Amino acid sequence: MKRSLRGLFLVLVLLILYLPILILVVYSFTTSTQIGAIRGFSLHNYVTLFTTPELRDMITGTLALALGSAVIATVLGTMGAIGAFYSSRRTGAVISTVNQIPVVNADVVTGFSICILLVVVFHISKDSYIPLVAGHVTLCAPFVFLSVMPRIRQMDPSIYEAALDLGATPFDALMQIVIPQIVPGIISGFALAITLSLDDYFIATYTKPAMFDTISTYVVNATKGSQTTIKTALWALSTVIFVIVVLIVIGMNLRSIRQERAEKTGRRLHV
Amino acid sequence: MHFSRKNLGIPYAVFLAVFVVAPLVVLLFYAFTNGQGQFTMENLTGFFTDPNALGTLFYSLLIAVVTTAVCLLIAYPTAYLLATSKLKNRTVIVMLFVMPMWINFSLRITALKEILTILEGNLAMHPFLNAVIGMTYDFLPFMILPIYTTISKLDGALREAAMDLGADRTRTFLEITLPLSLPGILSGVSMVFLPAMTNYVVLDMLYNSTYIMGSLIGSYFAAYNWHGGSMIALVLLCMICIFTLLTGGEDETARGGALL
Repeated sequence: MKRSLRGLFLVLVLLILYLPILILVVYSFTTSTQIGAIRGFSLHNYVTLFTTPELRDMITGTLALALGSAVIATVLGTMGAIGAFYSSRRTGAVISTVNQIPVVNADVVTGFSICILLVVVFHISKDSYIPLVAGHVTLCAPFVFLSVMPRIRQMDPSIYEAALDLGATPFDALMQIVIPQIVPGIISGFALAITLSLDDYFIATYTKPAMFDTISTYVVNATKGSQTTIKTALWALSTVIFVIVVLIVIGMNLRSIRQERAEKTGRRLHV
Repeated sequence: MHFSRKNLGIPYAVFLAVFVVAPLVVLLFYAFTNGQGQFTMENLTGFFTDPNALGTLFYSLLIAVVTTAVCLLIAYPTAYLLATSKLKNRTVIVMLFVMPMWINFSLRITALKEILTILEGNLAMHPFLNAVIGMTYDFLPFMILPIYTTISKLDGALREAAMDLGADRTRTFLEITLPLSLPGILSGVSMVFLPAMTNYVVLDMLYNSTYIMGSLIGSYFAAYNWHGGSMIALVLLCMICIFTLLTGGEDETARGGALL
């Protein structure tokens, strides 16, 4: 295939992926209430977004839930991965298999089953946030487990042994030898947990308190109604999230480019 | 107490038992009991004799098959072109294709809805088409990523060897690249097929009021019918099991592999 044709195809796919969001970005800065004719420039959507208590609450609520669940999921998943790796082969295999269930399962089923167990069988009130947090940790922790596990496998076991031989307690050796080596896995697991929690709709719907909304549940309900001020304020929210994601991606790329450069110059020094 | 590394796994094992295994056991129990807690097969026979429920099953399968096919048709060439290109900043460009999955899906579907409204006028006129467009738009990155990862890891020497031995480009592609990229395709398919059967919010938001399997659970949930809902969840679970076995298990990194 010709190079220009290849490029054209890729650009076309990118266009499909980004056009809807970019159009919303443009319209979020106008007074228009519908996509179509552009009217005057305005920031009123952003003012509404950050001053309407209902919108502010759902944004902070979503972030708090994502952070909280991600922290719990990261601690649990990391400990689980270390424990499973050093357990007998059979125990490790059982943990890894059960760990895989929420990963392949449909979120609808995960959310519904947790709701039945906690709310219907054990009568735990949804207003306690326990079912919601439990649901999100169940969604996220298996992915932390999966991103930490390869790092543990790559570790050189003799360093840990050496630490013990030199008099470190097993706990100190764990904190000072094992954990530092698997930090990249822990960090990417944490980041993954955050994105999974932020994007979730189904588990939240089945487990959340009636008066609490995440971005997903709020947006889905808001699109059923036809309140235009809320609708256009959500365009502003899309823009803000889009910009944040772009900044994060740029940051990640800059970091990896810098690392590459550092590696190259490092190699040259060695030679 | 003596500290041992393997004991670190105990909290997580307990957690999995309580929040993963126990809910499924309860689901099984509810699916085969009635409101009085007595054993019954009614939920099961009810599902498989109700024409509406079977219609829903068929409709979800249809949407899932079409969505998966469309995603594959767009994602494979995209992934192939990306993986075989000699672009300088390839990681940055691949990141562009993956980035949409970090933007909240409900906001992306809202954006899509605005565009579709302009193009089609009344959204309710094309429910099936919109469902497929919505889901393709939502799930496409999840199909591109695993295929890209698989193709870019392929040993280029194999392709060169095929060419050296006289195969033309088409034959090299059909007999070397395509079969070797099958694991990526399978993992992409499992990333798209299952959500397409259950993600009823995409349909709701695009004014498609036909039920898919996920919407059935949603409607039983809204009606506090735990027994009926559990049976649907169980049917879905069985399909997921079969599907996972057929595709050889989901690639564990697929759902968020870009971060790893």
